[in-house]
Amino acid sequence: MQVTAIRQFLARTFGVLDPPLTVIIALLLAYALIVIISATADFTHRLDQHFVNLGVALCAMLVVARIPPQQLMTLALPAYLVGLVLLVAVAVAGDVSKGARRWLNLGIMRIQPSEMMKIAVPLMLAWYFHKHEALLRARDFLVAGVILALPVLLIAKQPDLGTAILVLAAGVFVIFFAGLSYKLILPLSLAGAIGVGALVYYGEHLCADGVDWPGIKEYQKHRICTLLDPSSDPLGKGFHIIQSTIAVGSGGIVGKGWMKGTQTHLEFIPERHTDFIFAVMAEEFGLVGAIVLVIMYLALITRGLMIAAQATSLFSRLLAGSITMIFFTYAFVNMGMVSGILPVVGVPLPFVSYGGTALVTLCTGLGILMSIRKHRRLGQQ
Amino acid sequence: MSNTEFRAPEQENQRFRVRLALAAVLALLMFGAVLARLVWLQVMQHEYYRTRAEDNRISLAPIVPNRGLILDRNGLVLARNFSAYTLEITPSKVADLEATIDELSGLLEIQARDRKRFRKLLEESKNFESLPIRTRLNDDEVARFIAQRYRFPGVEVKARLFRQYPYGDMASHLLGYIGRINDRDLDRIEEKGQYDNYQGSIYFGKSGLEQKYEFDLHGQTGFEEVEVSAGGRAVRVLSRTPPTPGNNLRLTVDLKLQQVAEQAFGERRGALVAIEPATGGVLALVSKPTFDPNLFVDGIDPQHWDSYNNSPDHPLLNRAINAAYPPGSTFKPFMALGALTMGKRTPGQSISDPGFFEFGGHTFRDDKKGGHGSVDMYKSIVASCDTYYYRLANDMGIDSIAAFMAQFGLGARTGIDIDGEANGILPSQEWKRKRFRRPEQQKWYAGETISIGIGQGYNAYTPVQLASAMATLANDGVRFRPHLVSYLENVTTGERRLIEPQPIARLALKQEHIDVIKHAMVGVNKEGTATRAFMGAEYVSAGKTGTAQLFSLKGAEYKEGLVKERLRDHALFIAFAPADKPKIALAVLVENGGFGAQAAAPIARQVFDYWLLGKMPQGAAPEDNDASDSN
Repeated sequence: MQVTAIRQFLARTFGVLDPPLTVIIALLLAYALIVIISATADFTHRLDQHFVNLGVALCAMLVVARIPPQQLMTLALPAYLVGLVLLVAVAVAGDVSKGARRWLNLGIMRIQPSEMMKIAVPLMLAWYFHKHEALLRARDFLVAGVILALPVLLIAKQPDLGTAILVLAAGVFVIFFAGLSYKLILPLSLAGAIGVGALVYYGEHLCADGVDWPGIKEYQKHRICTLLDPSSDPLGKGFHIIQSTIAVGSGGIVGKGWMKGTQTHLEFIPERHTDFIFAVMAEEFGLVGAIVLVIMYLALITRGLMIAAQATSLFSRLLAGSITMIFFTYAFVNMGMVSGILPVVGVPLPFVSYGGTALVTLCTGLGILMSIRKHRRLGQQ
Repeated sequence: MSNTEFRAPEQENQRFRVRLALAAVLALLMFGAVLARLVWLQVMQHEYYRTRAEDNRISLAPIVPNRGLILDRNGLVLARNFSAYTLEITPSKVADLEATIDELSGLLEIQARDRKRFRKLLEESKNFESLPIRTRLNDDEVARFIAQRYRFPGVEVKARLFRQYPYGDMASHLLGYIGRINDRDLDRIEEKGQYDNYQGSIYFGKSGLEQKYEFDLHGQTGFEEVEVSAGGRAVRVLSRTPPTPGNNLRLTVDLKLQQVAEQAFGERRGALVAIEPATGGVLALVSKPTFDPNLFVDGIDPQHWDSYNNSPDHPLLNRAINAAYPPGSTFKPFMALGALTMGKRTPGQSISDPGFFEFGGHTFRDDKKGGHGSVDMYKSIVASCDTYYYRLANDMGIDSIAAFMAQFGLGARTGIDIDGEANGILPSQEWKRKRFRRPEQQKWYAGETISIGIGQGYNAYTPVQLASAMATLANDGVRFRPHLVSYLENVTTGERRLIEPQPIARLALKQEHIDVIKHAMVGVNKEGTATRAFMGAEYVSAGKTGTAQLFSLKGAEYKEGLVKERLRDHALFIAFAPADKPKIALAVLVENGGFGAQAAAPIARQVFDYWLLGKMPQGAAPEDNDASDSN
């Protein structure tokens, strides 16, 4: 009797897990743990905290995975609206820390509304497209654009460029998967490519002192300019990029060995257990270690896109595809900035960087993917 | 709504899958770009970044050697080092200096003078140097700062070696001082090819022996290969090349004698140089007033600087070597010796002194009204008869006088081993031609020779020149270069490098002539102008008083009280003892002291008493006011 009850409980709790996804995530988290142990070698209490974070995040994943997509759909509009209201509240009465207004003090706890938007925005957009599925017109894409633009602008204004980019990417992928005309996509991507190209080519003039960039904060301009020429500020912002590049480059093909990274352990890598943890990995495990990580991410993305492809409702498809591409965006932006091909924006390496908030958000996404996978047949019934 | 799935046409689903595939391709491409970048960094550029990481990791830290000590002839330490903590700020790493200092002052005591000194250092320094805001922190203060260190990026506690002069303002002019390296010092360092050796050094000798022997005192800098963290913290030492400490300076100077001499001056301004005639070794070198060299080590604060720099007494001026004074009657023994050597006079040859000498319609007066009567060479020195020398100067002629005096080193740098010596003036026809521009000024007038004979006129010599000339005479014409350092000692090997007492000249003088002069100088102390100063001495000494006129009264009688203190005559005295086998020769100068016998001779008496008998004087040398009738 007892055994059956326990078995039933386990089946209920872990039956929602998608085996391939579970294996991939387990490997990724194990790999991350090895790197985090090295990166936090001088702060062992951080390692303890990491285990707590992992526990909380995995619980969140298990809980979310049990919520069927239909129920998620009903959450879309309220979650989005609450998030939007909180973002406005932050803009009006948020706490300022490190020059940015990101936190809202609720008396008992401080929350960061922008973080929940990483999930709420794709949820909302997927729900919106799903509702208008019968006949998707240009007008619907315009409305979707507004739904996306509101939170992104509010977050960018805080300013939190990293989160804004992630929310924007999540929304753009929903709109893309929903079928935005290629006639619009091609010119937009082309314009973007030309813009970036021009920035790189004319960087020297644009970065000169006293040149204001409309709509861009001074520190953001500085970050981009420092990326274009890190040596222009070797002791300030450029120090991060220069030192992380040295760490990566000095790692070589097989790395310096676990716990043997001099850049890591002599504190040359800034934020080495959070945003710059990829530099630690690349220094200690080299190109091989980085390739292993990229393969894990590709496996994660492949599995996520497969789940999207096999999902039965438009809502599920859009949500699964977009969440998967958020993982990609996280990974690409982070590795890009650490290796010096993207500006430094505060984006962690997904499932690897130390930090509870990001981990909970990512695992919530993972839980949604698993729910969609699990309930793909239930919807048909 | 629940039926949506069924309404999605298969075609729609196909399009969605194409888009998923496109997204997958995008992911592959972007990850590919990252990997390409990694291949570039980790494979193609690996060597470069590996070197950069090593450079990051390993820092060559110079180890500053211990500066050599300065010891007196008996081994008393006059300049030493001690280790102390300083609180230093690197201005380039601090955004708001004033705010940082304000915040620091909440933690440690930072006085207004610390701030002023810091500001002065800041003006003189490069931005990337770390500069002390507080020196000599105690353990408690160090602990308090360390606990709050995270609040102060760019501020550090450092252990530094400090220079200390334990005797304070005693012997300060000969010791000199060290201070922070400035641009001019850097030029010197590069000129000497010592740039690498001064990595990490922050001090440089600025004056006195500290300056002259800088490169001997400094030592050889060592190096430590240290693994450092990004914050510059040393994690571990990889290799170490120890520094070689600088050489110790062992002086010929006797600090006790120096002390006796300095105290003998009391509050009076002046100079004294005492030399061992047989070697040229300087036994004491006094310039009063003195200063405290300790104040200069960490950069002097503006208040003390102003008090030194703006004082009418010029305490920073080394009067012993850098100021030239008319020798007055101390010139007479040398004149007499010249007369004997050139055959212009014999010892017994007498003149009749009416109290004045007339030349070219001008009357040159003697001090004593009505004259000294019949005066031979002995009496001319003992009683300091001016008329005798007016006439003698006229007989010898200016150029013969100049040529003879030059042999004693008068009017030329003695080559003593500290910098800043003045040349002085040994007047001659040629000197005047070079000195003046206008033709009528360039001509030497025969009348100008007359007052040269009594040490007035253009004559001007530094105390060290007079002392050296006295020592040469005492040493029977064998002249040594005066020097302060006896030997340099290598601390590790114990090896000594002697500063050889080299006779630089043996003057062509007859011993019998020298003996005549010495005998007369003994008479000065026994029955002449310095009798009172040397009354009851347990040794036989020889001397000559002198008074250098600063103020011409145009024939009016000199009444001391009527002349302002600063315009009073300088008192001089040259002497040696014991007379038969001189162990010490000296020149004393008391600025505005009045008569030589009154102010300067008693100082020499105290110095001789200590040096020959070991007698410690009680207080400053007394002024002999009854001696006011002589010069």
